Amino acid sequence: MFKVVADLIRYNIEFTIGVILLTIVIVFALLSFFSPYSPEMIYVVIPDQPPSAQYWFGTNSRGQDLFWNLSFAFRNTLFFGLTVAVLSRIISITVGLLAGYLGGWVDRGLMFFNDIFVAIPIFPILILFYFVLRSDLDTFRLALIMACLGWPFDARLIRSVAIGLRSREFTRHAVFAGMSPSRIMFQEHLPYVMPIVFSTAMANMIWSIGFEVTLGVLGFTNINIPTVGTTIYWANNHSAMVVGTWWWIIIPVTLIVMTFLGLFLLAISMNEYIDPRSRLRRMGG
Amino acid sequence: MAEQKQDVLQVRNLKAYYQMAYFGVEREVRAVDDITMSIHENEVYGIAGESSSGKTSFIKVLAAAIRPPLRVVDGEVEFNFGGQKIDPNKASKEEVDAIRWSKLSYIMQGSMSVLNPVRKIGRSFEDFAFKPMGLPRAEFNSRVAAHLERLKLSPNVLNAYPHELSGGMRQRVTIALATVCQPQFIIADEPTTALDVVVQKDVLSMIRTVQQEMRASVIFVTHDMSVHANITDRVGIIYAGRLVEEGPTRQLFAQPKHPYTAHLVASLPRIGDTRERPALEGRPPNLSDPPKGCRFHPRCPLATDRCKQENPPLVDMGEGHRVACFHTDKVKPLIELGQPKVTRMAEGAPA
Amino acid sequence: MNDILEVRNVTKRFGMGGVFGRNHITAVNDVSFTIEAEKPEIFTIVGESGSGKTTLARMILRLETPSEGEILFHGTRVDLRASRAERLKFMHEVQPVFQNPFEAFNPLKEVDRYLISTARTFLKLTKQSDIEQAMDDALQKVGLSYAEVKGRFAHELSGGQLQRVSIARALICNPTLLIADEPVSMVDASLRMAIVNLLKSLRDDFGVSVIYITHDLATAYYIADRIIIMQKGDVVEMGPARAVLDNPEHPYARLLKESVLSIDDAGYGDLDPATELMDQINKDRTGRTKMVTRDDGRLVRVAE
Repeated sequence: MFKVVADLIRYNIEFTIGVILLTIVIVFALLSFFSPYSPEMIYVVIPDQPPSAQYWFGTNSRGQDLFWNLSFAFRNTLFFGLTVAVLSRIISITVGLLAGYLGGWVDRGLMFFNDIFVAIPIFPILILFYFVLRSDLDTFRLALIMACLGWPFDARLIRSVAIGLRSREFTRHAVFAGMSPSRIMFQEHLPYVMPIVFSTAMANMIWSIGFEVTLGVLGFTNINIPTVGTTIYWANNHSAMVVGTWWWIIIPVTLIVMTFLGLFLLAISMNEYIDPRSRLRRMGG
Repeated sequence: MAEQKQDVLQVRNLKAYYQMAYFGVEREVRAVDDITMSIHENEVYGIAGESSSGKTSFIKVLAAAIRPPLRVVDGEVEFNFGGQKIDPNKASKEEVDAIRWSKLSYIMQGSMSVLNPVRKIGRSFEDFAFKPMGLPRAEFNSRVAAHLERLKLSPNVLNAYPHELSGGMRQRVTIALATVCQPQFIIADEPTTALDVVVQKDVLSMIRTVQQEMRASVIFVTHDMSVHANITDRVGIIYAGRLVEEGPTRQLFAQPKHPYTAHLVASLPRIGDTRERPALEGRPPNLSDPPKGCRFHPRCPLATDRCKQENPPLVDMGEGHRVACFHTDKVKPLIELGQPKVTRMAEGAPA
Repeated sequence: MNDILEVRNVTKRFGMGGVFGRNHITAVNDVSFTIEAEKPEIFTIVGESGSGKTTLARMILRLETPSEGEILFHGTRVDLRASRAERLKFMHEVQPVFQNPFEAFNPLKEVDRYLISTARTFLKLTKQSDIEQAMDDALQKVGLSYAEVKGRFAHELSGGQLQRVSIARALICNPTLLIADEPVSMVDASLRMAIVNLLKSLRDDFGVSVIYITHDLATAYYIADRIIIMQKGDVVEMGPARAVLDNPEHPYARLLKESVLSIDDAGYGDLDPATELMDQINKDRTGRTKMVTRDDGRLVRVAE
């Protein structure tokens, strides 16, 4: 596993750039544990200072040091994206493998629900949740809701792979070797869908963080929790671009673009690793 | 051989390796390792070998169909089409395109990969043969019709889609397609492997007929020794990337001189014969790490210390029967062949 | 009951086509035979692709339900929707050998996991040493040992070795019947006879009956006791293998035998198609037919 990662870094430039970008963002997010200020506190430093040696990312109109404030924001946002990805992966693996392997009415029933979730308009649902939960809508609860909405496409993908695996001879061999259906699904078939799980996890994180930012910018989340979205919300609220505190907008946007780019590059380079045909192309075939 | 026939293909010391290096793993697979042979005009030359013996890689080199990671490392391939000499791996793309289908043609295992599934058969004939033949349309059409008639195919197949035909019929259409330009050299790669016995015989008969009519040379690759016995004039046995034995078909089956060939021939069960069949132990070597010396020695009952060190050269035993073994004198045929039924192939068969 | 398996007038039809004008294809038509417990034998089903031989095997393995007729196993009916306990009881006695040894093992997992699972589920073994003993015993029967297989992946073994592991796996639960669907067609020529000889020794030395499904008449002649020849779902001839193959009576059986390429003809290939036989077969298929018994114990399909 480590050898594969080392090889990928050596031979795949997309993977290397993706890893570097994400490492920067993750290290930055982890710095929040050493922050001298609590993220809820306002007017702890002089407001509206441009980036300088003392305030690397400047300060905002609410008297917060943007460097430390943004590191909290990225910690929360990354945690949010990861939670959604992990939870929605669990749902999509379970549904996909069950539907694909068991087939029959189990497949039809699960895919019926799957299609309902595909058809649900996500954005209005999220706004609805905001109006119901209001300040109870913290990062984790939002992540739970997003996870419940973010699995159906990938479940279909996993199901299609599982259907292919079901008719393979080794599956029948496993049945006649007395393996139980759960063992066949989660030990024989799961390794085949893991690559898909990893690469869709990246895409899923981009998707969920994008939604979080959108909701935050519009103020449809708990605005007292610093996330990338709420940071931009407050910047807009204080008319940052008009007042001339451009760093309040530009720096979080740059960092979130870096995050998206890093995740995207990881997803495509992982796809390439999974698919041997594109590996051959790389070799100059 | 009474008269020396002209060579249509000469292969000299050909080495083609798979050289792979990606994501830090480097591998070299010696798929074709120092093969020298020639194919005469108007003969069917059989190539026999097990899976991953290198026979498919060898064919790819001949057909100028090599793609990295397979590379020609050394040696040369030379076709001689009536004086026009060409090495398909060194010639330019235009030169290769000029001989493809018109002089050098292919019959593949999966007919579906040749026939375009969404075009009628007739259109496939135009796609392949119209340009190489360079004839006016009316003459082209009559030539195609005449060719189909000669192969006992109904002209209606031209209006059919590939999926409307049975597997055997599709393979026959593929053969018609491959031979419509009257090529001088045909590469047949496992053309009957996926077919049922009855259809297989039919298709083999068709290949033989069309070869004899056109006096073309055919290189016929299959792992099935009984197919070789019935269609080829000469057979070459490839083991682990090397040619280990080559000779006139009857002689090679009746008097095999390489222990591997002797086993291959003897292990074929026959109807009417209930004797115990010996099985060969061990497994074919891994071509990325072949054994030293003779590559067959780990499985060979006759192996001596010399076999483990030295690579036996291919030695001519007379009448074009070449063997790469130090112990040819100890190799006895393990079974006796029965009398052949008929001598329809009299022209190509040894006296 | 001393029959292991009784196949009684089994027919299988598959529906083809869409919502309207659904038409049926008869894959297996009215097949009957029995395999007795006292006398282990190799029972061969021969046919070309589309003859229904694989469908028949799938029905015997309970992977398919017959449309008509029934398959009795030790006198009881085999039900596809039985409980897991009952399915396991059935698998304890009837085991398959797969066509493609490279496909029969998960390429991402070690091959011995199938053996371990079989020993654990069917022999109810729990101790590691007992499981290893059971695996080694079975592997010894096929000429391998547990040390050779332990922790290996499928790509590290040859096709012949894998097929032997696959047979050893089936032997762990001491089945009375093996169903081998084209077990040698994907195995290299030089390794093929080892597998065929192994099937023979299973019958002779270990008393296991084998249903051997193949398109290859020559190996059938070599190992089979009884044979049935199928053509497009119908049994056209069945009986003692050597008697039938030495002297087939039904035109289709004769055509099959004619089409087998013999190495006796090496260098003199006789490739003329048997046109008269084909014409006769096409003519015969139009009328009504029935099976009649001949003196040597064979059954032949003749025109009524």
